[in-house]
Amino acid sequence: MRAPDPLLRVEGLSLATRSGLPIVEDLSFRVDRGAVLAIVGESGSGKTMAARAVIGLLPPGVVRRAGRILLEGAAISEQPEPALRALRGPGLGMVFQEPMVSLNPAMTIGAQMAEGLALHRRLERSAIRARCLDMLRRVGIGEPERCLSAYPHEFSGGMRQRIMLASVMLLEPKLLIADEPTTALDTLTQKDVLDLMVGLARDHGTAILLITHNLGLVARYAADTIVMEKGRLVEAGATRALLSAPREAYTKALVAALPRRTPHPPPAPRGAPMLTVRDFVVTHPGARSLFRRRVPKRAVDGVSLDVHPREIVAVVGGSGSGKTTLGRAILGLVPHEAGTLSFDGADPFATRAARRSFVLQAQMVFQDPYSSLDPRMRVEAIVREPLRHVPELTAGEAARRVEATLDDVGLRGFGRRYPHELSGGQRQRVAIARALVRRPRFVVADEPVSALDMTIQAQVLALFTALQDAYGFACLFISHDLAVVEAIADRIAVMQDGRVVETGHRDDIFDRPRHAYTRALLEAAPRLDLAPSTPVLKPSAA
Amino acid sequence: MIGYVLRRLALTVPTLALAAVAVFVLVRLIPGDPVSLMFGDGGTPEQVAAGRASLGLDRPLPVQLALWLQKVAAGDFGHAITNGQPVLPLILQRFQVSASVVLVAVAIAALIGVTVGLVAAWKQDSALDVAIVGATTVILALPTFWLGLIFLLVFGLKLGWLPVIGYVPLSEDPVRALAFLALPIATLALHESGVITRMARASAVEVLRLEYVTHARAKGLPERRVLARHVLPNAFAPTWTLVGLILGNLLGGIAVLETVFTLPGLGRLLVDAVFARDYPVVQGCLLFTAFVYVMVNLVVDLLYPLFDPRVAAE
Amino acid sequence: MRARLNLVIGLPLVAALGGMALVALAWTPYGPTATSIRNRLKAPSSQHWLGTDEFGRDVLSRIMDGASVSFRVALATVLVAILAGTLIGVATGYLRGWTDRVVMMVNDALLAFPGVLLALAIMVVLGPGEGSIVAALGLAYTPSVVRIVRGQVLSLREREYVEASRMIGNSDLYTMARHILPNCIAPITVLATSLFGWAVLSESALSFLGLGVPPPAATWGNMLAASRSYMESAAWLSLAPGLCIALTLLGVNLLGDALRDRLDPRMSLR
Repeated sequence: MRAPDPLLRVEGLSLATRSGLPIVEDLSFRVDRGAVLAIVGESGSGKTMAARAVIGLLPPGVVRRAGRILLEGAAISEQPEPALRALRGPGLGMVFQEPMVSLNPAMTIGAQMAEGLALHRRLERSAIRARCLDMLRRVGIGEPERCLSAYPHEFSGGMRQRIMLASVMLLEPKLLIADEPTTALDTLTQKDVLDLMVGLARDHGTAILLITHNLGLVARYAADTIVMEKGRLVEAGATRALLSAPREAYTKALVAALPRRTPHPPPAPRGAPMLTVRDFVVTHPGARSLFRRRVPKRAVDGVSLDVHPREIVAVVGGSGSGKTTLGRAILGLVPHEAGTLSFDGADPFATRAARRSFVLQAQMVFQDPYSSLDPRMRVEAIVREPLRHVPELTAGEAARRVEATLDDVGLRGFGRRYPHELSGGQRQRVAIARALVRRPRFVVADEPVSALDMTIQAQVLALFTALQDAYGFACLFISHDLAVVEAIADRIAVMQDGRVVETGHRDDIFDRPRHAYTRALLEAAPRLDLAPSTPVLKPSAA
Repeated sequence: MIGYVLRRLALTVPTLALAAVAVFVLVRLIPGDPVSLMFGDGGTPEQVAAGRASLGLDRPLPVQLALWLQKVAAGDFGHAITNGQPVLPLILQRFQVSASVVLVAVAIAALIGVTVGLVAAWKQDSALDVAIVGATTVILALPTFWLGLIFLLVFGLKLGWLPVIGYVPLSEDPVRALAFLALPIATLALHESGVITRMARASAVEVLRLEYVTHARAKGLPERRVLARHVLPNAFAPTWTLVGLILGNLLGGIAVLETVFTLPGLGRLLVDAVFARDYPVVQGCLLFTAFVYVMVNLVVDLLYPLFDPRVAAE
Repeated sequence: MRARLNLVIGLPLVAALGGMALVALAWTPYGPTATSIRNRLKAPSSQHWLGTDEFGRDVLSRIMDGASVSFRVALATVLVAILAGTLIGVATGYLRGWTDRVVMMVNDALLAFPGVLLALAIMVVLGPGEGSIVAALGLAYTPSVVRIVRGQVLSLREREYVEASRMIGNSDLYTMARHILPNCIAPITVLATSLFGWAVLSESALSFLGLGVPPPAATWGNMLAASRSYMESAAWLSLAPGLCIALTLLGVNLLGDALRDRLDPRMSLR
């Protein structure tokens, strides 16, 4: 008797663009019934296209050049479109990355859930409705009846992802392809949705092909993992072994790129704080109109915070916690409604002169390296621009300063380039250079690495800490990513719903969290512990 | 939803008021005095003064504006100088002609444009798509008044299928009326279908890229259903706005086309009034046009949530 | 690929028609308004390549002269509308506040009149002539430009590099000039091309209605209007001017498409 076929087998898959650019080359893997396999890779690794090839939904510009895809031993890659369509839904299901665009905005949730069932199962309308309601309840939707007649825009990203999951799992697929299903969600929601997904899959005997860039998620949810780089399979194996003892250089680099706590404890703040925030309140006005005056939303609700010289204070929290607004309000980019701010003991917004002097000493690094650089300016012009307001520098000195700063961020010789000629990581280095060229004493960094790939993220973080050491600026580091915060922060403020719920030294927050929300965040954060004796899956923070 | 309707309704008031003021100012700026025109060279100064007083032209401008707005709000657009007819019924009568051409033509154009645009987007970059885009490019380059002339030349004069000049109201003789209306409608429909095809194609191409379409396909839905339920409704929303803009623009009169086909429409009324310096008619036509435009866009916006429920929720 | 094709057809078309307009400034085969009773309504021949009209005037010469009128008017119109519209659009879109609200309200009210009708009404005030057409069409199109530029500015304003400019300490005026305006250039260029096409079309339409450049000046619209009486006997009279308008629009539209394909991807590079 021969061994039964695995659920999915991919053999020698090669994908390319129509113009011949290879996207995936000679990729082979298998997924067993009910198992969870993760495909890990950075952008450009071809992991998403490989997943799309499995379900036969490649975008128009991409074609399969070679290889076969077998579902339960049958070569579905050779089957005609109608046969494939019959498999999509009950055989293969797919959950997408962007919950905001993966549900049809013009159709009710009920209609979207029902159409799959109506197509693949011969069921009465009432039976379809019952199953939809049941599944919505399973994924934790509060009022399932109301949800059926609602439109997607009435739900948050996390809720939409649950609805999406419900609509896919309704058809009880044999294989669920999840393409970065929680990348757009914050840490807490991410854990909820993934726990739900894995739980549902276990109940229905569904196997999962999890596409992700996040090693923490892989460690937590996948038994087996394959690592892809530039379209090729680099390494495959049991997740635990692969992550604790990677064999290939690229896998080692990936694992090494995970942010880690610096061994030495952060110094206790000394002397008077440089920046003091007391009882800060920032409200979003809400759109004004004739008939509806939206209740103003308090984005920041009575926050107090100190930043000492040379200190990195991290502000962490989920989406909507008000952390970004806080950073912007401190710099005066949005007005604050109440509370006081003092910089070197004086209110930086009291007079025009004070404001001017504050702006010259404080800078910001933005989140999105694609929109933070003017596309029509060369790198050197972008970095030189802040020096307009440093009149004591001569033109020659300014040019030398720009050159030195570009050297600092590892972009020697990039001055003549335009932003669109740079990678995301390089752009973020330019943004950092622009923020630091005037040697500010205080920098707000708003999620400066969350848009970057893992290995790039590690490089940029290392650069940022090195520069902070060299120039000694104080920093308010805003992030949702606890791993990054753990690696970089001296002190941490945890925000929830516009309030700071807990402040403390890094080690206190991570090792002895006091507030329930902090504990929940830490527990939800996917982390790996690579000490060989401990299990990879870290159950929960101590 | 009710909030959306009220907010949208409230927006029309200042627009209409400002448009009315603009019309008033514009007409007052026209050089030459309508009263001297009324009397030609034969009026005595007393007669002219009396004429001015009867039209209220001797009052200060703000007062004139207020009086005029008051009358307009009551539906009194004054009387034509050339023949003494009340202006509003005249406008409404001419509007029927323009509107019947425009409504039928735009309906046809929307039907063709949306279908063809959707197919072109679905088959993006295929030979069919390239042909469709090429055809619309050519159509968009043809001025309607020239296209109309060519149609007249070919179907009217050379082939003799349709009458060249004249007009009969639909109510009198529907068959002959249709014969007169066929060419203007065909001309306009052809041109606007080019505009709408382009828009529909562009928005369908956008929608086809979105993940919810892939999601629909991943459910195993056949392409026909994917297009009908997931692509069309979402691609139609921006197209619907465009159709509204087209209607709003054309209902104000298709002066050029009406000239080509000698149709007694609203546009022709305005042009003739301009030549005759018939101020009340010019004023009435402009105001009516703005009114129609604002109303059409109001209806379009109020129906918009049917295609995109996100709008009403703000 | 398609962008290439657009350019390959569009550019020579516009160049040829523009060249014709330029040549007509210095030379036309015959005087564009020179009448000749003996040569009335002559079909195209080796002497008169495009025939003659009801006054025996050479159609080719009038087409050429019409090209320079049309292009002159259209260029000036685009200049007026783009300059005024960009200035207002950038200022209101960037600074917002109550000026923005008032300007937009007036703008929306003006947009409630179809462009040609508004131009027609303004023409009545200003009287006939090239200058009036430019003023009327320029005024009629400015609201559309304002709306489009303002929309662009509103989205640029949310870009982080504009916030970065504020953080650096740059003034509003500097930020507008250095970061907002240059990034509007691409869409404004595309807009200007389509505006040029509309201007040619509108000028012809106004002339066709008898409200444009008054006869005997040769414009394509005038020629089409006059040709209506001789459609059966002298069809060439309505073919040439119409074809010229169509070719101009075709060339300009293709050029605009090609420009958009070239300029947009970089603009929207995320």
